[in-house]
Amino acid sequence: MQYLVSVIYDTADLATPEEMTAIDAFNDRLIAEGHWVFAGGLGAPSSATVIDNRGEEAMFTDGPFLESKEYLAGFWIMDAPDLDAALKLAAEGSKACNRKVEVRPFL
Amino acid sequence: MNVADVRKAITRAHHEEWARVVASLTRRFGDLDVAEEAAAEAFATAVERWPTDGVPPNPGAWLTTTANRKAIDRMRRENKRDDRQKEAQLLYDDDPPEPLYAIDDDRLRLIFTCCHPALAMQTRVALTLRMVAGLTVPEIARAFLVQEAAMGQRITRAKTKIKEARIPYRVPSAEEFPARVSGVLAVLFLVFNEGYLATGPDTDPVRHDLTAEAIRLTRLIRALMPQDGEVAGLLALMLLIEARRTARVTASGELVTLDEQDRGAWDAALIAEGHRLVRERLAAGVAPGRYQILAAINAVHTSARDIRDTDWSQVLALYDQLVHLDPSPIIALNRAVAVAELDGPEVALAAVDRLADKLAGYHAYHAVRADLLRRLGRSQKSRAAYDKAIELAGNTAETASLTRRRDQLG
Repeated sequence: MQYLVSVIYDTADLATPEEMTAIDAFNDRLIAEGHWVFAGGLGAPSSATVIDNRGEEAMFTDGPFLESKEYLAGFWIMDAPDLDAALKLAAEGSKACNRKVEVRPFL
Repeated sequence: MNVADVRKAITRAHHEEWARVVASLTRRFGDLDVAEEAAAEAFATAVERWPTDGVPPNPGAWLTTTANRKAIDRMRRENKRDDRQKEAQLLYDDDPPEPLYAIDDDRLRLIFTCCHPALAMQTRVALTLRMVAGLTVPEIARAFLVQEAAMGQRITRAKTKIKEARIPYRVPSAEEFPARVSGVLAVLFLVFNEGYLATGPDTDPVRHDLTAEAIRLTRLIRALMPQDGEVAGLLALMLLIEARRTARVTASGELVTLDEQDRGAWDAALIAEGHRLVRERLAAGVAPGRYQILAAINAVHTSARDIRDTDWSQVLALYDQLVHLDPSPIIALNRAVAVAELDGPEVALAAVDRLADKLAGYHAYHAVRADLLRRLGRSQKSRAAYDKAIELAGNTAETASLTRRRDQLG
């Protein structure tokens, strides 16, 4: 079972060196314990482009699809047997990156 | 067996067997939805058949077998293949890491799943009342003054989340256990409180259906976790409050405060049972949690035949213990009521006034102030505090009582 753990944040500040160290240590643990699937940090929402190609030609729009106070700053994809295990890992992830996270299952 | 007896047997089976049937089917089929529907169908079949066929010697076994058949029928109808079914199954942990209780009952798994912290509090309440207590969706909707369709949707969404996010069907590990049990107890206490002091202008002031349901569920959990002190504490607390139910509201629908209640109208059997549980916890010699302390406070109150016999120093000592565990301003407010009895209203008022910032929007804060001000002869200030309390109170019987007290001010 895979879960998307989204990192939610409200400024474009990157992780501090201390946070990076904690994230790296957490990632090493995810790998060692077999929970790691993928993870990454994202550029600021202002660097996003929205594409809609449902019509005759592709439309490009500068900026994120949703203007909001908080946004996705990065994510993990984790393998966990159930929600309890995923929540426990996500709680540690939140501590490591020093930000709020959201856990959502893949179907 | 006549019709009335059969109806009684069905009601009893519903009370005693519903949760067991849902729980065992959930384990077998890994799907709350299938379990719930099949259990409902089995009970509908009982209503149809028992009056003519007679009540089976073992109603629980009959209901489980019937529900199992209904579930299998449904699976066949929906033509779910085995592999697809397995994929959508609730995770069931067949060998719990450390068995905490001698009885490893499926109903415990059901309760912990319905009260999972990843579900919203209101959702936990609704799901527990549906899956464990067996209330129908319209009954739950009525209990919480919500539209039936909205309540149905809330329960459906919860079942989908449990399945999609894989909320496990198991008793939590020893490490998580205490926090998860308090989560379950919070759900039960919320149901009880909604019944004990119902909110809303159009409801009865005391909803006996909800207090009774909360007590029934807590008794079930007590039977499943007999060693847990807080479970015993919560049950005792509920019983000691429920014992005073008939004395709490007058015929004209006015709330009667503890000092004015007719103590002869209290339910002696419930009080005896509550006191027994409190004594059992005292004898256990383990540091009590908040429900046990609250139960002990209520035991002191229900031990006094007359309000003047109340052992207020004991009440205050228990509140001191409680403040230590739970520094919430509401506990501090209740503590001040005991302070007023021991040290006088002046000292109590000073303590209450210190809570102004946190409790200005809470009707009981203004009601306690109004009462203390009245006892100090400060009528004008008391009247203003009663006005504020009346404005904020959501319970019809409480509003009536506050209005009378205000109007009696000289």
